[in-house]
Amino acid sequence: MAEGIDYMTDSRPITEDTPGPGCRKRDPIVTAKKVTRSFGGINAVDVDYLEIPRNKITALIGPNGAGKTTLFNLLTGFDTPQSGEWNFDGHSLAGVAPYKVARLGMVRTFQLTKVMGKLTVMENMRLGATDQPGESLARALFKGLWGGREKEITAQAEVLLQKFKLDTKTDDYAASLSGGQRKLLEMARALMVKPRLVMLDEPMAGVNPALTQSLLDHIKNLKAEGMSVLFVEHDMHMVRHVADWVVVMAEGRVVAEGTPDVVMKDPAVIDAYLGAHHDVDLGDSHGVEKLEAELSQDEESVVGTEDAGLLDHTRITELEGTARDTGTEDRR
Amino acid sequence: MDFGNILALAFGEIISPTTAAYALAALGLAVHFGYSGLLNFGQAGFMAMGAYGYAISTLSFNAPLPVAVLVALLASVIFAVILGIPTLRLRADYLAIVTIAAAEIVRYIVTTNSLTNITGSANGLAGGFENGFFALNPIPEGTYNVGPLTMSEDSLFVRLVAWTIVALACVTVWLLMRSPWGRVLKGIREDENAVRSLGKNVYAYKMQALIIGGLMGTFAGMIFTIPRGAVQPANYATELTFFLYTVVLLGGMATVLGPVIGAMIFWVVLSLTQSLLFGAIEIGAITFLTNVQAGQLRYILVGVALMLLMIFRPQGVLGNKKELAFA
Repeated sequence: MAEGIDYMTDSRPITEDTPGPGCRKRDPIVTAKKVTRSFGGINAVDVDYLEIPRNKITALIGPNGAGKTTLFNLLTGFDTPQSGEWNFDGHSLAGVAPYKVARLGMVRTFQLTKVMGKLTVMENMRLGATDQPGESLARALFKGLWGGREKEITAQAEVLLQKFKLDTKTDDYAASLSGGQRKLLEMARALMVKPRLVMLDEPMAGVNPALTQSLLDHIKNLKAEGMSVLFVEHDMHMVRHVADWVVVMAEGRVVAEGTPDVVMKDPAVIDAYLGAHHDVDLGDSHGVEKLEAELSQDEESVVGTEDAGLLDHTRITELEGTARDTGTEDRR
Repeated sequence: MDFGNILALAFGEIISPTTAAYALAALGLAVHFGYSGLLNFGQAGFMAMGAYGYAISTLSFNAPLPVAVLVALLASVIFAVILGIPTLRLRADYLAIVTIAAAEIVRYIVTTNSLTNITGSANGLAGGFENGFFALNPIPEGTYNVGPLTMSEDSLFVRLVAWTIVALACVTVWLLMRSPWGRVLKGIREDENAVRSLGKNVYAYKMQALIIGGLMGTFAGMIFTIPRGAVQPANYATELTFFLYTVVLLGGMATVLGPVIGAMIFWVVLSLTQSLLFGAIEIGAITFLTNVQAGQLRYILVGVALMLLMIFRPQGVLGNKKELAFA
């Protein structure tokens, strides 16, 4: 890592290649080569070549079932690919247990939030800390050996809880938190590990909109602290606002890569994501609102259901036609 | 009915070595199930390791007391490792199936006829394996009054040792569970993948917890068997494990003193109901039951007591109600 670089304003190009699926990065932190995982006959993940840039925020997007979470599981050791090699910061991760991956500095959160319900918020946070000698059985009996480190951990946790607006909940059981607060706790807990790469699986799902902005800032600030971020998200505002780089998956493959503004206008992406709505700019709030308005008129709309993304082509074209006729269409 | 005598008997149950053994084995289960979420249904097997490990090394190999105790503890660790290696990587219910089967396998092995020379088969073992223990008794010969009870120096000695071990185990568990090590265990109980994602070796922690709880069961097996002077294989059947679960649930699952209180309540309820039923039969107040039937009825009453507790105080006597609010 070069000294004296402010990663917040670092504008050196991420890739010297032409941006596209599998392009080489200037400074990758994760490299995956020919990683495949199939369930039964379905190829859940079939990634030919992918590099995640260091000290950048990378968004992983794609329709439901594209294999984003499976790729997360494969990279972090929670699942084993059928073939391929992948490494983190020069360490090959083939066959490495998930806890060792985490110790290398690659920490993830889960799409279905996992908090320890019957532990307090503070205990959840402390659990994330590293180098606590009291976690070994031999030293656990003697508080003198771990009490000092415990104080440091508590101080570290208090700072993070304050950032994530959970400081009033310190002594509450984690099970008493709302879904959004649990997301925040999980993210804060992952940061207790002081990772080099944070992998967030849908960090915004269920988080109160008022908190979204501050959460976005937190994620951006991770970069300033020298961390790299990889996140899965369906919220295109967020992707546009925080991501430096976007990787698009569909049906297990990487179909596009590039900077957010370029990728979101990429026809391959729009097609993968929305099937038919070619004229929608995904990163533009107006575009999404327009789409939502259209879909709310549509009784067969599948947005928000499991079938989201599998829109009926003819029905949409019809709708667009009527919208144009009535003059409500606001074409840009 | 002599109520003074009934109460004295009940008090005798509170401090009896059997209660101490139940308390200790149940504390081991609390470490397994209450703190780590390991569904161990083979605690009877760990107790059998203690009883047989100690008795066999004394009787067959003339081992002195410390060696016999070490052999029993070593047998228990090996048992835990054998159980743990295949099952701790899997979900909790696999451990339950394997442990209940393993405890039964232990019981079938010791009752095998071809091993009669060593294990005594169905008759069990007797013949002075407890002598080494009582030889250590520093208390002068005589009779001693403990509350309403009168006992010999040996009875007093075995109670003192048993409850000292229980107290030491309680302190150890308390120290462990307030430590970061205990926090990782509780985290594993809640969600082991989350703990894994934070860089903790979940498998190693579960194995350590299984061994520690198992060692407590093994000590309990020795405490159970020494005052009896005999090892009976029938004592180590699955129902023993279920009694221990009753004790843990009575007292409170993730508590240190809960299993101790639970064991006392369990044996006091058994003793009181027996005395009261037998007394009632004796004076003719109950005519439709024989003494044998009354003996069975006691366990039904313990079951009823457990049901009432689960309905009105599901966290157990000492448990934390708040923890259950989110169960």
